[in-house]
Amino acid sequence: MAKDYLKDITEIRSMMEKSSKFISLSGLSGILAGVYALIGAVLAYNIAYTTIDDVIYGEQLVRNAIDNAQVLILIAVSVLALTIVTGLLLTIAKAKKHGVKSWDETTAKLILNLSYPLITGAIVVFVLYSNGIIGLIAPMTLIFYGLALINASHFTYRDIKYLGITEVLLGLVACFIVGKGLIIWAIGFGVLHIVYGSFMYFKYDR
Amino acid sequence: MKVDIHSLNKAFENRVRLGIMSALVANEKVEYNRLKELLNVTDGNLASHLKALEKEAYISIEKSFVGRKPNTKYFITKSGKTAFRSHINTLELLIKNQM
Repeated sequence: MAKDYLKDITEIRSMMEKSSKFISLSGLSGILAGVYALIGAVLAYNIAYTTIDDVIYGEQLVRNAIDNAQVLILIAVSVLALTIVTGLLLTIAKAKKHGVKSWDETTAKLILNLSYPLITGAIVVFVLYSNGIIGLIAPMTLIFYGLALINASHFTYRDIKYLGITEVLLGLVACFIVGKGLIIWAIGFGVLHIVYGSFMYFKYDR
Repeated sequence: MKVDIHSLNKAFENRVRLGIMSALVANEKVEYNRLKELLNVTDGNLASHLKALEKEAYISIEKSFVGRKPNTKYFITKSGKTAFRSHINTLELLIKNQM
């Protein structure tokens, strides 16, 4: 008898989750996103920080980064594109495995709630860039990305909320140590994704 | 402590109904097709359970058109929420007592 009631409760729980949360997010895509970001950061470092033989600090370094802006943007866009494609493929695969549709109302809500802070952040970053305030770009991307994750976390695993909070905190810290953008990026988009991705992979995917 | 088994709501005894109520309690509104997909049941089966819950006034329907296609959404009523919550509470008490 007790087993029956327990089964009822378990089924209620799982239906509430399944109907309202996006659970096809794969931890593996987080790990891969982190790896792409780290590779991108290494490439960017080689381009932005070592083309001048005698890199000192400060302005010269920043000016050099602007000179190489196009290549850097190309790297950033490639990393982003690879991340999105990997995320989509792994999500579709996981959804198939669990017998749920990968695109449904929850997915739409998730993406919508991700996009408000992300679009706002993109505009802010553009404004910073066009005013030459390069040093604050990396911290801002982390802050807005973190806010987007927190905002979207209501529609998926709670772990995403903690990843978001960590990204925001890292971004805020980075505001005070301007000039270390690439390292901050490598930590925020690389290391944190790998750490949280592995955690979620072992918690949900296996 | 004694728990009255009769306070378990008969309207929720069926798994499909339990599933419908769980989905509706977690979402503002749920489309008919989404319910069908979530519960993995036939049209006839789902429709009869939806009708039964509607008759108890635990759920309600909102009909609209998306282009030319009719779109039926279901949502939980206030009394549905109360009834479902007390059903869960009873389930929990029963489990605790039998452990």
